[in-house]
Amino acid sequence: MKASLRQSKTRSAMRAATDHVATGLAILATILVIAPLFAIFGYLVFKGASSLNLDFFLKIPKPVGEEGGGMANAIVGSAVLLGVASLLGIPVGIGGGIYLAEFGRGTRFANAIRFTADVLNGVPSIVMGIAIYSLIVVPQHHFSAFSGGVALGIMMIPTVTRTTEEMLLMVPNSVREAALGLGVPNWRSVLSITLKTASPGVITGCMLAFARVAGETAPLIFTALGNQFWSTSLREPIAALPLQIYVYAISPYEDQHRLAWAGALVLIALIVIAVSLVRYVASRGILKGAS
Amino acid sequence: MPVSEIRIRKPETVAAATSSPASTLPDGVSLSAAAQPISDIRKFLYARGSSSLADRGFSGLMMLCAASIFAIVALIAFELVLRSQLSWQKFGISFFYKFNVDPDTHLPTFWDPVSGTFYALPFLYGTLISSLVALVIAVPLAIGVAIFLTEMCPKFLRGPLAFLTELLAAIPSVVYGLWAVFILVPMLREDVNPIFIRIFNDPYIVKAFGWTGIVGEKGFFGGANYGLGMMAAGVILAIMILPIISSLTREVMNAVPHSQREAALALGATRWEMIRMGVLRNARIGIVGSIILGLGRALGETMAVAMVIGNRPEISKSLLSLGYSMASVIANEFSEASDNLYLSALIEIGLALFIVTIIVNALARVLVWAVTRGTPARVN
Repeated sequence: MKASLRQSKTRSAMRAATDHVATGLAILATILVIAPLFAIFGYLVFKGASSLNLDFFLKIPKPVGEEGGGMANAIVGSAVLLGVASLLGIPVGIGGGIYLAEFGRGTRFANAIRFTADVLNGVPSIVMGIAIYSLIVVPQHHFSAFSGGVALGIMMIPTVTRTTEEMLLMVPNSVREAALGLGVPNWRSVLSITLKTASPGVITGCMLAFARVAGETAPLIFTALGNQFWSTSLREPIAALPLQIYVYAISPYEDQHRLAWAGALVLIALIVIAVSLVRYVASRGILKGAS
Repeated sequence: MPVSEIRIRKPETVAAATSSPASTLPDGVSLSAAAQPISDIRKFLYARGSSSLADRGFSGLMMLCAASIFAIVALIAFELVLRSQLSWQKFGISFFYKFNVDPDTHLPTFWDPVSGTFYALPFLYGTLISSLVALVIAVPLAIGVAIFLTEMCPKFLRGPLAFLTELLAAIPSVVYGLWAVFILVPMLREDVNPIFIRIFNDPYIVKAFGWTGIVGEKGFFGGANYGLGMMAAGVILAIMILPIISSLTREVMNAVPHSQREAALALGATRWEMIRMGVLRNARIGIVGSIILGLGRALGETMAVAMVIGNRPEISKSLLSLGYSMASVIANEFSEASDNLYLSALIEIGLALFIVTIIVNALARVLVWAVTRGTPARVN
């Protein structure tokens, strides 16, 4: 009797110890995961901030060997590329989301599209780059900003489609029925009632897709190509911030390394500001149509 | 009298309506099975709309947008197959496993654009090994984070910590690469790798485990220590796929019903036993799915890997040796590919990558979906 009691006591002590060890390991894992984040941000700020100055935002790269110079053309180039990408990716993506949520609900076709969108989301961006290269660059015989923008835009479509669908599905059916009951045509009710109600979520989804492609380098290497000079033409090769960071990071020159750190800091800052701004605005419901 | 009339006639109309609904209803009010989730009121209202043409046009346009996703996948596949024809005709399936042996040095040659030798084996090997190293590092950490965040974490920490782990996913690949080249690689070379080298080349350990082939000069940590190489690629990939695995694992763990946890606790389980028996066991399929999804991301990761893996098309057992991956060879050599065969070989590598990632992603989605289906969509 006594022995068994003692045994059960040691056993429960063992179990409690296992519990503590598991908790400790989970906390350790969390710390180990958060650590690289701080390491990366810390070094970005530490190394990037010292190389940031007004020239960085106003000047184009100097030839190798000369001090100074900036990435103005890359920042503008990224803006052009992302503009083209958004013009393609956001309307098509939202349209696809509307179809999945409003028209195709429950059909086999819609399920297949949903699945394909998820799978397309996982296709490596470099593969997307090859496809756009052979679709647009080869027939046109030259690299162009347009092809880079299309590659990024296509990568936005699956993300925007899926988030739009999820957000639209959360709009209660009674809202749609109320609109139809007032005699509003269905297309009008979808666009100005359902989509508008879901707009904070939809905009968040668009911004997340935008932030994701803003840092993409791989599909641009052989579509937009990069450019050391000013160019905003869609038919010419164009510079892009991530592309420029890559080129400078693997170059042997100390001066270019510093520019790469500064560029990375600017890129990260733009992405984080965009994402958190949209999250803040969406959560506050300041956007029009948020109820 | 009228009451009995109705009673007699009612069953007939119901029978007629159920047997052939399309014929008894006017045009436009089709009660197809596909439209099941849409309520009767809405169907009635749709049918009364005066703008049926605009409505039909609108829904067609939206359908076109959705169908464009199919079109994109089909186009990518078509272009890749078309442009890799040349290499496929020349090398066939041997592209993926053969190599030439140098007559002088007796060393294998896999990839030599100058002599027109294009065999992709070292790229497959590099991609596979760097992804496996990444999984070995990332999976325990990601599951640990997911457990902490869903089951143990105080409420006020949960939101910020989840945000921080997901912020890791927002960092662009090229920034990871930059950080890896200038911070991680020197750190591995100076601090981390020497520890492994000492352990794996310890004379006692070599004597005891030499037969396994994983220790010693020809083992996992033999050869020169550049800092760059498979190990560096694996570590940076691990950091990059962590947020994907942990956020999906959290999702499937959240999908486990609370009754499971309560039942385990009611039987006297400690918290860890509750997590192990109540949560992890129920979520295991979804967790496997999220790991496979992380693998899919690791396989296709390009820029960061290209910057640290060393870019040498060779196969070596040592994790310290320089290697090459499928995605990074495309990124590095595509724009300088001079002749058509070279280009075609690179595109064939891209095609292989495309097929593998599609299979891996589809598998992962099915597994995750099997667990989270039926729970409402998560919003944050």
